[in-house]
Amino acid sequence: MSIKILVCITHVPDTTSKISFTDSDTKFDKNGVQYIIGPYDDYALARAVEIKESGGASITVLNVGLAETEPTIRKALAIGADEAIRVNAEPVDSFFVATQIAEVAKEGNYDMILMGRESIDFNSGVVHGMVGEMLGLPSFSPVMKLELNGEEVSMTREIEGGKDHLKAKLPIVAGCQEPIAEWRIPNMRGIMTARTKPLNVKEPVSVEQHVKTEKFELPPPKGQCKLVDPEHPEELIKLLQNEAKVL
Amino acid sequence: MTMEDSLQVHKKLARQDLFESEDFYGLDELLTEEHKMIRAAIRDFVKREISPYIEDWCQNSVFPEEIVGKFGEMGVFGPQIPAEYGGGGMDYISYGLIMQEIERGDSGMRSTASVQSSLVMYPIYKFGTEGQRKKYLPKLASGKWLGCFGLTEPDYGSNPSGMLTHFKDMGDHYLLNGSKMWISNAPEADIAVVWAKDENRRIHGLIIERGMEGFSTPETKNKWSLRASSTGELVFDNVKVPKDNLLLNKSGLGAPMMCLDSARYGISWGAVGAAMDCFFQAKKYSQERIQFEKPIGSFQLIQKKLAEMLTEITKAQLLCWRLGNLMNEGKATTAQISLAKRNNVEMALNIAREARQIHGGNGITGEFSIMRHMMNLESVITYEGTHDIHLLILGKEITGISAFS
Repeated sequence: MSIKILVCITHVPDTTSKISFTDSDTKFDKNGVQYIIGPYDDYALARAVEIKESGGASITVLNVGLAETEPTIRKALAIGADEAIRVNAEPVDSFFVATQIAEVAKEGNYDMILMGRESIDFNSGVVHGMVGEMLGLPSFSPVMKLELNGEEVSMTREIEGGKDHLKAKLPIVAGCQEPIAEWRIPNMRGIMTARTKPLNVKEPVSVEQHVKTEKFELPPPKGQCKLVDPEHPEELIKLLQNEAKVL
Repeated sequence: MTMEDSLQVHKKLARQDLFESEDFYGLDELLTEEHKMIRAAIRDFVKREISPYIEDWCQNSVFPEEIVGKFGEMGVFGPQIPAEYGGGGMDYISYGLIMQEIERGDSGMRSTASVQSSLVMYPIYKFGTEGQRKKYLPKLASGKWLGCFGLTEPDYGSNPSGMLTHFKDMGDHYLLNGSKMWISNAPEADIAVVWAKDENRRIHGLIIERGMEGFSTPETKNKWSLRASSTGELVFDNVKVPKDNLLLNKSGLGAPMMCLDSARYGISWGAVGAAMDCFFQAKKYSQERIQFEKPIGSFQLIQKKLAEMLTEITKAQLLCWRLGNLMNEGKATTAQISLAKRNNVEMALNIAREARQIHGGNGITGEFSIMRHMMNLESVITYEGTHDIHLLILGKEITGISAFS
């Protein structure tokens, strides 16, 4: 059986990027930042490619973003997606992104909609849930194991203090995380064939903006490290009481 | 979920290899998005498959056989060979970037890849028959087979035209005798492209397969350089070679020299990779190492070293980029390639030595890649035309007078 998988990817700053803001601290400063496929989305994509390799599947990769995200989308094609859709809009908030994904999903009739458990830029972690609601499909997150057996999906979810083993019938929505699959590095053949794979651009549906960013703030810089002589632990207690004021 | 948790996601991939490249002159703007994707993919591959193990391989002088299949899967063998033969069908900038990134990991690993691509696949593609291309190239591209290249002999290194290895037409086969030395990949190779003289003393290429009677590949032991790459001899003692194994489409010394042009081009990029790794580590170390109550990067002598390193790397990167475009247009000359190979390898060796100085005593240990790069580069500055021979190639180009014939 060949199934249709939609993998939604984010275009996010590399994890080593230096973070700063512009526009009175209301916008992320993109200047000089390298972008990658969101690491959790990358796991979702890798699992989709594994399913394609083992049993057959067609993979459509979807990103909500402006033209600048196309190199990231091409990488997903190089890793193994068959075609791509870019919804031509700045992804302003989770509701906006989820609405665009749901619109694409309605047209494509996908058996599985996979994405990361959350992005690593704004980390809201709610898009999979919203997409499930909008489409009337069950959604699961964070899914760390996903096996396909005909129409049935077995999943393992990470929960507080344990694991949750679930079964569901297709179609489903899943927010993925490691170790669902081994991270993929595109090979040279993949990169060369990605050139000719279709990348379709769609205009967004209009969505009322529910969230407005007031201000971003960086965490306070790390303070100086104080070393306490192991012979005098009372010094540490004093510091914790008087300087850190945590005791 | 914090950024730090997200970093954990990448931890498995990155291990201790935290390399990031400098792009001081904005040269990335000269590359296509595809070039950048290729570079990033090979860099990720090196961080995952090479960096975590390379110090052990080198310290123990082990050639990791499994890397051949992984290179094949990744597509680093024959990037410049058309896709119909299993190659990558890529341009020369892509080829260069692949070599840069692999050698950023280790020169020995790059040697394995560039011998396969430029010295084995290239001559079979360029000088071989359609049957030979179909028989050998897909297996070499996928890493099912490893190849080597036999030109240098014990007494004929810089002067290959004096070679003694020869073959005789025996009617239904050729009879090959002689020996080759300093052959990368030899002990592990499934096939060898060997250059030998016919009865009229004309040089031809022959494809020799492992298992042919009288063909052996003793390993060269106790190297202080390229310790993760296997090196050996090729010995031919009355080897019966099928007539189908002769490379028909070109003969004379020019044929192996064309292969060397392609390989030397890859080396000029590869050396930049080794230099970039040394610079990255030296910069990092100079910011972390405290002496006289401040980072050693505060001192003018360290800053001088770092400034000169970055200057030389930037110049070498530009040289590579321009040479890559000349290669793409089919215009690059042997002398232009000599200039880049000679300049960039010497540059990398000097940077490795300076980086070693910045690291003080730490620089001599296997905790850092510096000394390994430095020792590797002693081979790189010698093989595929020694540093001096490239000087004389340029000398001949300038004056029109050959100093070595």
